[in-house]
Amino acid sequence: MATNATPATAGTPRTTEEHSDRAGHGLLAALRFAVLLVGAFLALVPFYYMIVGALQKERDTSILGLLPLPGNLTLDNFVGVNSSIDLLGSLLNSLIMTAGVVGCTLVLGLLVGYALAVLSFRGQGLVFALVLLVQAIPFQLLMVPLYVMVVRYFNLADSYLGMILPFAINSVAVLIFRQYFLQIPRDVFDAARIDGASELRILVSVAVPLVRPAVLTAMLVTFIGPWNEFLWPFLVTKDAAMQPLAVSLANFSQANSTFQANPMGAVLAGACVLAIPAVVLFLLFQRHFKSANLGSALKG
Amino acid sequence: MTTLRDAESRSKGWGTARSAPPPGRGDRRPTQRRRRLQRILGEHPLGLLLSAPYTAFVVIVFLVPFGFGVWMAFHDFFFTAPGVAVPHPFVGLDNFRQVVDDASVRQAFGNLLVFLVVNLPLTVVLALLLATGLDAVVHWKGFFRVSYYIPYVTASVATLAVWIFMFNGNGVVNRLLGDLAPDPTWLANQHLIMPLIAVYVTWKNLGFYVLLFLAGLQAVPQELHEAAKVDGAGAWRRFRTVTLPGVRPVTSLVVLLSIIMTGQIFTEPYLLTGGGPNGASMTPALLMYQKGIQQGKPDVAAAIGMILVLAVMILSLVSRRLTERRS
Repeated sequence: MATNATPATAGTPRTTEEHSDRAGHGLLAALRFAVLLVGAFLALVPFYYMIVGALQKERDTSILGLLPLPGNLTLDNFVGVNSSIDLLGSLLNSLIMTAGVVGCTLVLGLLVGYALAVLSFRGQGLVFALVLLVQAIPFQLLMVPLYVMVVRYFNLADSYLGMILPFAINSVAVLIFRQYFLQIPRDVFDAARIDGASELRILVSVAVPLVRPAVLTAMLVTFIGPWNEFLWPFLVTKDAAMQPLAVSLANFSQANSTFQANPMGAVLAGACVLAIPAVVLFLLFQRHFKSANLGSALKG
Repeated sequence: MTTLRDAESRSKGWGTARSAPPPGRGDRRPTQRRRRLQRILGEHPLGLLLSAPYTAFVVIVFLVPFGFGVWMAFHDFFFTAPGVAVPHPFVGLDNFRQVVDDASVRQAFGNLLVFLVVNLPLTVVLALLLATGLDAVVHWKGFFRVSYYIPYVTASVATLAVWIFMFNGNGVVNRLLGDLAPDPTWLANQHLIMPLIAVYVTWKNLGFYVLLFLAGLQAVPQELHEAAKVDGAGAWRRFRTVTLPGVRPVTSLVVLLSIIMTGQIFTEPYLLTGGGPNGASMTPALLMYQKGIQQGKPDVAAAIGMILVLAVMILSLVSRRLTERRS
């Protein structure tokens, strides 16, 4: 572990100082590894406990209850929560809301990100300022007036459009796209211009294929928000048939469902159903959270 | 401004190629029209078209509600049956006066300060610690990165359910603590509930900040570390003199984002305690919901919102001063 010399430094002669450093280095590495391990443990323990708690027949908060005891395991909690809230219907509502938000975010964000990074036009500074402004001002300032507008004036309560509307623009996505387009060397676009491509053609045939990794990143980043969002859909949906899972689960846990055999277990079972899609998607695509190597665009 | 930009665009690549030889009679007029259009709209008028839908959305779901909210805060606004026109008289600072005089509002803002005192140092120190470790570690790097990020991608509603399970009266945390368990227990203890929420939020968002710090660490030039090593600086010295100054912009950003996030705390107190005990975990955002939507006083809620944003802005500016000047 201590001998991970990079190719660049491998050729240079090592000083004696560096050799004597190695023992301390090993200790430091072990300490570092321990700290990282503790961090991972603390990050993951609640998830382990979420699953164990969701599978418990009877609520067991003893220290032994941390283990999945075979005698106390059941899937009844999932059936229980499903009898109170329509899990499938809620999941579908979550999915529709999320798909709407991600779709709007990607299309609008890609267009603005491209315009801001590659083109130059009058009002560009203003548009960028708007992007940052949207990012900087908390949603809470808009919460009450938006609620009044969407529910009272637009009549969009209990509708997908009403849930999606405030999240259709996402500054993070714009900044991701802008950043990716800025990373692409100007020469790529200039080369296309010299070849006589129109600006629109450059966007469709050169820019969009190049930022495919950014599309994925923006998708993953924006998927999390609406899927997990509680406050806004909670405000605009009163009809249980329209509520996304986060809202119906929160209402279920607030309702103190004592008629359930294991109320806490039922809530945790619902929590698993809400958490698993986001976590699985993240696990599948986590390597895309690193920035892609765009240098290849100029080769050849 | 126009001439400056023109000169700039002419000096750029294809602009020079087109303008250097005088164009033939045939294509002179379209070129001129295009020039004039470009002088008004900029080099690429397409940019305006591409920005239009986004800008329209910003106006509808952001600027209009923003203006509406400000208007509301200075008027007597209340909900009426649809289609009924009622006057909403201008009341000046009445709503604000009502807010400032309200002890529960002052308490809610005080709670945010308690939150920040716990959350900010914890977030910065732990995120930097884990990112530094992650930057240097060889094995299991991907596993660590993913582990830290998982709480961040999981819904608050789901993770809060587990935290309630763990921290309520006879939960596993109190079982582990035995006689050391606090009395009254975590969720019912007015001195512990806000710090607990701060720890929860730190846990939830830490992975995101670790990634930010990791990107910042990787941007610190390796040569600086090598040079410091050659000069005989130990690991701690290098961390203080090379790493810390190198990640200062990220630290500044992390502090800023944490402060902005603090203003938005709603779900945690709503699900954990409903704002109790005795308002000890009430936050301005939750208060806005209760007053504005449950009690039908959106004008008062809008006033709280304006004060909240002002407070967040002032804190952000102060934090920027502090984090960027320290050297």
